[in-house]
Amino acid sequence: MKVLVPVKRVVDYNVKVRVKSDGTGVDIANVKMSMNPFDEIAVEEAVRLKEKGIVTEIIAVSCGVTQCQETLRTAMAIGADRAILVETDVELQPLAVAKLLKALVDKEQPGLVILGKQAIDDDCNQTGQMLAALCDLPQATFASKVELGADSVSVTREVDGGSETLKLTLPAIITTDLRLNEPRYVTLPNIMKAKKKTLEVIKPDALGVDVTPRIKTLKVSEPPKRGAGVKVPDVATLVAKLKNEAKVI
Amino acid sequence: MTTLVIAEHDNAVLKGSTLNTITAAVQVGGDVHVLVAGANAAAVATAAAAVAGVSKVLHADSPVLAEGLAENVAAQVLAVASAYSHIFFPATAAGKNVAPRVAAKLDVGQLSDISKVISADTFERPIYAGNAIATVQCSQAVKVATVRTTGFDPAAATGGSAAVETVPPVADSGKSSFVGKEIARNDRPELTAAKIIVSGGRAMGSSDKFNEVLTPLADKLGAALGASRAAVDAGYAPNDWQVGQTGKIVAPQLYVAIGISGAIQHLAGMKDSKVIVAINKDEEAPIFSVADYGLVADLFVAVPELIMAL
Repeated sequence: MKVLVPVKRVVDYNVKVRVKSDGTGVDIANVKMSMNPFDEIAVEEAVRLKEKGIVTEIIAVSCGVTQCQETLRTAMAIGADRAILVETDVELQPLAVAKLLKALVDKEQPGLVILGKQAIDDDCNQTGQMLAALCDLPQATFASKVELGADSVSVTREVDGGSETLKLTLPAIITTDLRLNEPRYVTLPNIMKAKKKTLEVIKPDALGVDVTPRIKTLKVSEPPKRGAGVKVPDVATLVAKLKNEAKVI
Repeated sequence: MTTLVIAEHDNAVLKGSTLNTITAAVQVGGDVHVLVAGANAAAVATAAAAVAGVSKVLHADSPVLAEGLAENVAAQVLAVASAYSHIFFPATAAGKNVAPRVAAKLDVGQLSDISKVISADTFERPIYAGNAIATVQCSQAVKVATVRTTGFDPAAATGGSAAVETVPPVADSGKSSFVGKEIARNDRPELTAAKIIVSGGRAMGSSDKFNEVLTPLADKLGAALGASRAAVDAGYAPNDWQVGQTGKIVAPQLYVAIGISGAIQHLAGMKDSKVIVAINKDEEAPIFSVADYGLVADLFVAVPELIMAL
């Protein structure tokens, strides 16, 4: 079974972004970029399924600028077999990415697509669900456990208040939550090996997809600042402040 | 112009997040309808009809809608979607699961987690874990959005008298089925609706300590329990207690952060709380930069003292 794993290049999760002074966006010049953490979990899950012998080939896909090739190399160093970059400088919104991925699903016919549940830059949490809708496939979002069979997959999902388990027919779409697995460290030999793996570059036009953004960002601003309050010397003062000053207890 | 709000419920009770979403819909202007898609969920439809500001409730009832399967719920929304200019879901696990499916089928982009309605087509939403606020404009025929519940006050649960209209339920997709669920039962308030939250971090040290130290405090305050990602990853607290960018977004009257250092991802989930208290022995911890009241102390000493003093 083939598995498709889309990965996104985002500002590293340790970087505190700054809003540009002209309000057009956040400053990402000279900022460390990494693979979206949820996508790393997706790649790891696919690799584990391959190690179990259920999956035969893992194809990593990224949509975006040329530098996404680095993200794809990382995915191949974790264990993806080959990679496809859909290259464009256009700002890609989730619907456009879902359409590009649908075109690749049609072409590659994977049994499973595993995506991160959300990207930590735009925090959208949409692409997997949109892809499922466009392909008319079942979905299990926010997965914390995946058990893959020959013609179905059982997925435990994190929901409000606990967890639930669904059974989906294949092909199916899964999005990962944090506790699905802990991605392995990439080793130097695997980084070297990844350099030799195939990385195909195509353009959105070749897939017949119009990627024009649907939603316009008018401005990006700083959130209201929350100032630090006071340090209290002891518990008694804290309780007094909460009762008399903040009046919350 | 009419907004359809997709009700969040468990077939018996209309969840509070629906009320916040209705407020966002009212701010858009125009009429507000609510869709209740469930199984034996007449009580939910009745409750939705009583919410102030709602002019009509659509009720689709069928066993295939019992467990909120995304495929079936999305199909149910699409079956009635053509009458609406806006379709709003609460930005909960359930809403986030279904909304993009609806948007993609309508061939429109979706707005996630809107925190402010500026006009009928312009909204604010947080990006980069709330470190930036984007003002976005959507000029598509239908605006599909999930609504950040902490951005809007709940609509009054009574005072409305909307008509309930039964709509035919959709057929099962046949592609997904519900196997089972494990929902923790407790008497505490729901995390996202609680007035007071007591939250613990990695410094709790173990699952036993987490419960031993924080449960009595939460009991005393009538609070919900939350946790940082570090505490959840370490297995000290269940997954659905995680507060932060990728967990729950909360804004209680009082948030008590205990042994939480305050990574930006955690702050993203709680910095809109009215009053924040931090107890941490590291006086340099970033949590103190957002805390109204900070106490630099060993939590294992300070928390029992706090319980005694309350």
